[in-house]
Amino acid sequence: MSGTNGQWPLYEIFVRSKRGLNHVHVGSLRAADDRMALTHARDLYTRRNEGVSVWAVRSDDIAASTPDEKDPFFEPSGDKVYRHPTFYDIPADVPHI
Amino acid sequence: MSSSASPSPDGAAERPQERLHPQEHTHLQEHFDRTIAKDQRIEPRDWMPEGYRKTLVRQIAQHAHSEIIGMQPEGDWITRAPSLRRKAILFAKVQDEAGHGLYLYSAAETLGADRQDLTERLIEGRQKYSSIFNYPTPTFADVGVIGWFVDGAAICNQVPLCRSSYGPYARAMVRVCKEESFHQRQGYELLMTMMRGTEEQRAMVQDAVDRWWWPSLMMFGPPDEDSPNSAQSMAWRIKRHSNDELRQKFVDMTVPQAEKLGVTLPDPELRWNEERGQHDFGRPDFTELMRVIKGDGPCNAERVGRRRTAHEEGAWVREAAAAHAAKQARREEKEHAA
Ligand SMILES: [Fe+2]
Ligand SMILES: [Fe+2]
Repeated sequence: MSGTNGQWPLYEIFVRSKRGLNHVHVGSLRAADDRMALTHARDLYTRRNEGVSVWAVRSDDIAASTPDEKDPFFEPSGDKVYRHPTFYDIPADVPHI
Repeated sequence: MSSSASPSPDGAAERPQERLHPQEHTHLQEHFDRTIAKDQRIEPRDWMPEGYRKTLVRQIAQHAHSEIIGMQPEGDWITRAPSLRRKAILFAKVQDEAGHGLYLYSAAETLGADRQDLTERLIEGRQKYSSIFNYPTPTFADVGVIGWFVDGAAICNQVPLCRSSYGPYARAMVRVCKEESFHQRQGYELLMTMMRGTEEQRAMVQDAVDRWWWPSLMMFGPPDEDSPNSAQSMAWRIKRHSNDELRQKFVDMTVPQAEKLGVTLPDPELRWNEERGQHDFGRPDFTELMRVIKGDGPCNAERVGRRRTAHEEGAWVREAAAAHAAKQARREEKEHAA
């Protein structure tokens, strides 16, 4: 068996609730393989038409930032106020901008 | 800059606090306290005090076990439901309870708990589940009363948990609460149908109400003065209301429903208190609650025994699926190499 101490591996499940929207993380489950992860995800997370598409991703395949790195990691975007439209002064009588 | 060292991006973060410098520890504790005070959520990889983690694992595991064991009392009626409609409804309801259990085990795993270990703790009697599921379901009216009382009480308990301070638990509760409303309504509708039936059916409903009322009130746990851990859970905002507050809410909610249905709640002390704007009601027998929690209820042995049997008899399925997955992976590797 794969996964820790003989358990099926952990999968993270993402559901697209309707066309036009992103897939959103809804939780996790354990399954023996990708196919089973998808059918279990259907039965567990979309019993009431909550989704039109499902992604199942092995949890250990996901790279994630760690919380203690939070400050320096996200710092580069912290001081770049000029990336926001409100940074620029435009006279009120200029239309459509 | 990034890491996938933990088994889940959303969980089971390594717990470095044992190795921490005292000063660093204070800093982390302050950050945690500030997050709670601002009513923000704690997320899996955040630092948290060991007591917070342990309390949550215990509570979420007990909650998950309750959902799973809770499938049994009603599950007994699936093959005997009086119509195809009732059978389909009951099937869907029991399947939801399985889902609730799985959402919660998944939330417990984000705290570093091991799912297999939790199942073993349950079947070895080392972890508890709600006392209510240790009562028998001798008639079909029990299915209705469980939906009305037990799922109704669960709603009272779970709605405030949607704002619990631990993110994955709160999010699981949002999913659960959306589904509970169906559970309660199908139960009440079933009882309304029986009350419109024969004298015998009405008597059956009243009998079920008589048997389930007090155990349902016990679901909220011991009275506040005997619930020493509650204060800490409320300070951590895991819990939002005390046991007695929730019990009162349930009584106030249920009394008018009972009147509409035409049944009598078996409590001679139950009456409206104008001054308080709430109902007065009798004290549940909390020694019975303690006895049932400790394992000596009418069905404890049967419930846990059945869970154990299901787990053991399912072992070959789990092994076969894993063997199939391994074979499939080897085949893919070979094709890749060719
Ligand atoms: Fe449930
Ligand atoms: Fe339910």
